[in-house]
Amino acid sequence: MYPLIFPLALAGILFSIGVVGFLIRKNAIIVFMSLELMFNAANLVFITFANYFQNVNGQVIVIFIMTTAAAEVAVGLALIVSIFRSRHSISVDDLNKLKG
Amino acid sequence: MTIIDLFSILPVLVLVVWALFLLLADLWASRKLPGLTPILAVVGLVCSLVVSIVQVGKPQSSFGGMIHVDGFSVFLNILFAITGIAAVALAYESFKNLKIQRGEYYVLLLFSLSGMMLMGAAGDLIVIFLALELLSIPLYIMAGMDFNRLESKEASLKYLLLGTFASAIVLFGTAFIYGAAQTTNLYEIALAVSLAEINWTLFIIGAALLVVGFGFKVAAVPFHTWTPDVYHGAPSSVTAFMAVGAKAAGFAALIRVFSLDFTILSENLTAVFWALAVLTMIVGNFTALAQKNLKRMLAYSSIAHAGYILMAFVAFGNEAVRVDSIASALFYLAAYAATSIGAWAVLIAVEREDASRNEIEHLAGLGKAAPLLAAAMTVFMLSFTGIPVTLGFWGKFYLFRTAIQGGNIILAVIGLLTSLVSAYYYLRVVVKMYFQEGDVKVNQKGWSLVVAVVAALIVLGLAFIPELLYKFAASSLIIG
Repeated sequence: MYPLIFPLALAGILFSIGVVGFLIRKNAIIVFMSLELMFNAANLVFITFANYFQNVNGQVIVIFIMTTAAAEVAVGLALIVSIFRSRHSISVDDLNKLKG
Repeated sequence: MTIIDLFSILPVLVLVVWALFLLLADLWASRKLPGLTPILAVVGLVCSLVVSIVQVGKPQSSFGGMIHVDGFSVFLNILFAITGIAAVALAYESFKNLKIQRGEYYVLLLFSLSGMMLMGAAGDLIVIFLALELLSIPLYIMAGMDFNRLESKEASLKYLLLGTFASAIVLFGTAFIYGAAQTTNLYEIALAVSLAEINWTLFIIGAALLVVGFGFKVAAVPFHTWTPDVYHGAPSSVTAFMAVGAKAAGFAALIRVFSLDFTILSENLTAVFWALAVLTMIVGNFTALAQKNLKRMLAYSSIAHAGYILMAFVAFGNEAVRVDSIASALFYLAAYAATSIGAWAVLIAVEREDASRNEIEHLAGLGKAAPLLAAAMTVFMLSFTGIPVTLGFWGKFYLFRTAIQGGNIILAVIGLLTSLVSAYYYLRVVVKMYFQEGDVKVNQKGWSLVVAVVAALIVLGLAFIPELLYKFAASSLIIG
C-alpha cells in the first residue's frame, strides 16, 4: 500500500494546473481542457479514497462525474463552433462585446 | 426503490417525464400549433406545483437517504414551480418579439427546473452535484438561445466556462469531504462529525472549496464577475429565470450543506461569511449606482441581494437562531423572486425586437404611456429598496432581526446603510418613469403585463400577511 499523500498530491497538482490554465490561457479549447483537468483531479481523489477505504461509493461517483463532464463539453464545443462561425476566432479575449 | 421513494421525488419526476413528452409533442406542434408547447409546459408545471403542495407537512427521506423531502424542499419546490410558470409566460412574449420562438426552450426550462427542485431535496453531496449540473447545463443553452446576436452567445460561453469552473471546485471539495468522512451522505457526515470520526485537515479543505464553489453559484463578491455580463447578454426572459431560479438553488445547496455538516466549523466560517456578506452588499450596491443599462443595474442589484441573504446565514452556527436564519433566508428568497421577476417583466415589455432599448433612459415617460406597468415597476423598486408595505421590507426586516439576534449588529448596520445607498438607484428609475418625457413604446397586451401585475399584487398582498409566509418558511430543514 502506498502512502495516501502521493495520489492526493498528484490530484492537487493536476487541479492547480487546471485552475492556472483556466485563468491564463486565451484559447477557449485550452480553457476547456483545463476544466477537464480539474474534473479529473476530483475523480482521482474519489478513486484514491474509494480504494483506501475499500468503499465502492467513490467509484460509482466517478462514473456520474464523467457523464456530466461529457454533457458539459458537448454544450461547450457546440457553442465554440457557433461563435467561431460568426467571429472566426475562439480566443476568450475577443469575447468583449459585453462591458460596463 | 419503492413506491414511497418515487412519491418523494414526484415533483421532479413529473417535470422530467413531462419534458421528455414535450420534446416529442413539440415536433408535431411546432408546425401545426406553435403556441401549444408553452401551454403544455405550464400544464406540466402546474401538475408539479400541485404535487409539491400535497407534500406539505410530510417530511420523509428516501433512496437510502439521498433525498430528503422536508419543509425546506417543499417551500423551494413551490417557489421554483411558480417561477417556472412566470418564466414560460415571459419567454413566450419575449421570444415572439425577438423572433426566436422555439419549442426546445420550454423543454430545457423544465429540465433546469427539475434540477433546481432536486437541489432543494438533496440529502447527499453527489445528488447536489448532479442537481447542480442538471440545472446549469440547460441554463447555458438557454442563455445562448438568441443565437443571431453575438452578445447572447458570448453570455452563454462566459456562463458555461465560469459555471463549470464553479462546479469543478464544488466537486473537488466534495471529494475531500468524502475522504474526510468516508461518505457523501449529508446526515452520515453530520454523524461522523459528532462522533469526531473524521480527518480534520481534509474536512476543512473540503469546506473551504465548497464555500468558493457555492459563492460562484450565488454570485457573492469576489466570485461575482460573470454575473453582469451573463445577465446583460442573455435574452431578458432567460435572465429573469436565471436571476431567481439559479440563485435560489445555489442558496438551497449552501444552506442545507452548511447548516447540516459544517456547524462545527462555524467559528471560522462565520468570519468568512461575514466578510462575503459585507463585500457583496457594498460592491453590489455601489457598482449598481454607476449603471446606465437597466439589465446591468438589475444584475448588480441581484448581487447585492445575495449579500443580504448571506447576512442571515452568518449566524448559522448558533443553535438558537438557526431556524430563524434559514427561515429568513427563504423568506427573502421568496420576496426577491416575486420582485425580481416583476421587474424583469416590465423590462421585457419595454424592450424592442432587436433586444435594444433597455437603458434606464428608455423608461422615461412610462408613467404616461403605460400607467399600470409604471405603477407595478414602482412597487418593485420600493420592494427592492425595502420600503414598508412591500414584501421586500418584511424580507429585510426578518434578515436584520436574525442578524441582530445572532449578535452581528455591525453587519445589520452595514446592511441598513447599503440599503439606503440602494434607494438612490432604485428611486432614480421611478423618477425617470414619472418626471421625464420620453417616447417609450410598450406592448400593452402581452403576457409581460400580466406577470408584472400579478407579481406586484403578490408583493403588496403578501406584505399584509408576512407571518404566514414566515411560518411556512420556518417549518424548515430536518436537522439531525
